Amino acid sequence: MYWHPCTGQGRDLTTDSALVEVRGVCVRRKGRQLLDQVDIRVKRGEVVTLIGPNGAGKTTLVRVLLGLMSPDSGSVYRHASVSVGYVPQHVQFGPAMPISVERMMALTRRPSRTEVEAALDETGSRYLIDASAADLSGGELRRVLLARALLRSPDLLVLDEPVQGVDYIGEADLYALIADIVARRGCGVLMVSHDLHIVMAATDRVVCINHHICCTGVPQEIVKDKTFQRLFSTRAGIVTAIYRHTHDHEHDLVGTVSASDGGSHARSGSPWEHNDAG
Amino acid sequence: MLDDFFIRSLLVSAGVGCVAGPLGCFLLWRRMAYFGDTMAHSALLGIALGTILGIKLIVGVFAIAFATALFLLSLQKMVKLSNDTLLVLLSHSSLALGLVILAVSGPVYGHGLLSYLFGDVLAVTWSDLVMVWTGGIVCLVVLASLWRPLVAITVHEDLARAEGAPVERCQVIYMILMAGVVAAGMKVVGILLIVALLVIPAAAARSLSRTPEQMAVLAAVIGVVACSGGLFGSLALDTPSGPSIVVTATFLFLASLAVQPLVRALGSQ
Repeated sequence: MYWHPCTGQGRDLTTDSALVEVRGVCVRRKGRQLLDQVDIRVKRGEVVTLIGPNGAGKTTLVRVLLGLMSPDSGSVYRHASVSVGYVPQHVQFGPAMPISVERMMALTRRPSRTEVEAALDETGSRYLIDASAADLSGGELRRVLLARALLRSPDLLVLDEPVQGVDYIGEADLYALIADIVARRGCGVLMVSHDLHIVMAATDRVVCINHHICCTGVPQEIVKDKTFQRLFSTRAGIVTAIYRHTHDHEHDLVGTVSASDGGSHARSGSPWEHNDAG
Repeated sequence: MLDDFFIRSLLVSAGVGCVAGPLGCFLLWRRMAYFGDTMAHSALLGIALGTILGIKLIVGVFAIAFATALFLLSLQKMVKLSNDTLLVLLSHSSLALGLVILAVSGPVYGHGLLSYLFGDVLAVTWSDLVMVWTGGIVCLVVLASLWRPLVAITVHEDLARAEGAPVERCQVIYMILMAGVVAAGMKVVGILLIVALLVIPAAAARSLSRTPEQMAVLAAVIGVVACSGGLFGSLALDTPSGPSIVVTATFLFLASLAVQPLVRALGSQ
């Protein structure tokens, strides 16, 4: 196993139903502090969304949490019985490998065809079972990968950018699907996103990260925040806006978009721009 | 009747072709064809060291090919150079160093340089045959037992690791298998053509298969057919055996392109 063992003395993870907990994690690579004293926990039945600008350490945190990377300090607690379904950000099938969806579902274990069909059914992608993985569209691929993660009967789903490569309408469907899965299975979800739709639509808690945890809270509270409202009434960069609303500290981040002229991250048509949330 | 030496070389080359095909599939999937080439070129350094140290050449080749692969992986982490640069650097410096060391220890061409570079399968002995077949069977058994995690790692390393695949162990074992094929392949098609025996059968199998497993089995079959076909060709036309095998493999690749539409039509029914 690659997991850090659950070493918390006297902690009973079943009563507070934390599936995974990261405490005081610091990661330094090549002279850069990628993560600085980061805490995060995900409980059963809870959807936690990690948002932050590009290069804020979101994927690094996910990799630490999954045990793919050891933190320089801090700890990761996960009970040995918690099974994790992981959907990575980039999965590409080159033309060189012939692989069908059914075979892809069986990468690290050997599910029966019935199990595969059931999992694909749950994400509405059963019709793809005999398709070649290289031929899937962005949205189809995300659904198949999600089904693949479900095959492990996960207690915790870790979804890195679950709407990567999906068109605007497909995004909403995918988020609805994720909410369905949580409702049906009662698993916890940790989602990485730079897309704010999800923050309102299907998230219980938002964690804003920019190397350190900038703020965390339920979406309704974050939306009521005065700074947040002011920022969202402009056409400001959404990602920048959401982590800026609790600025009790300075950021020096290349590519940070200011509130007044940050058209580059703005998404016209986003409901966020018109949200008065009062 | 076929001569003894011809049967021996037929069996040796078929054994190597059978293992090279499936291993070569990973070179294609991971876009590492030149990685295979670099391991193969380093074999000459292995021959040179084997000659100086007085050990069995095939052992020297195996050790140096494996060491080169490990060295390449550590260089990738240490040096800020692109992969293709590192590959050329290692491949050609080991080839050149091998020639220099051979020259120091005696006249280069006296070592049968051409037979190292292009193979001399007609000269294999019974003990070579036993070694290639034993090694080949071990190779295939190990490959089969690691097949699922190896394919998973090829699709997505982090995903495989998160789901418990032994990533580092698989990668090291794969390199050991590759070093074995390089050492054995040197006898058959020679240092300069080994990578062809790895890549071309796999490439021919690609268009005819729908799963990784089909592709591996088909690559093995095509490897065996290329090796035996090439040897019969070289007997009939009196051409050098190693290049004849590679030319046959190339013909099989072209043939696979020709039958591809037929296979597609059958598959879509």
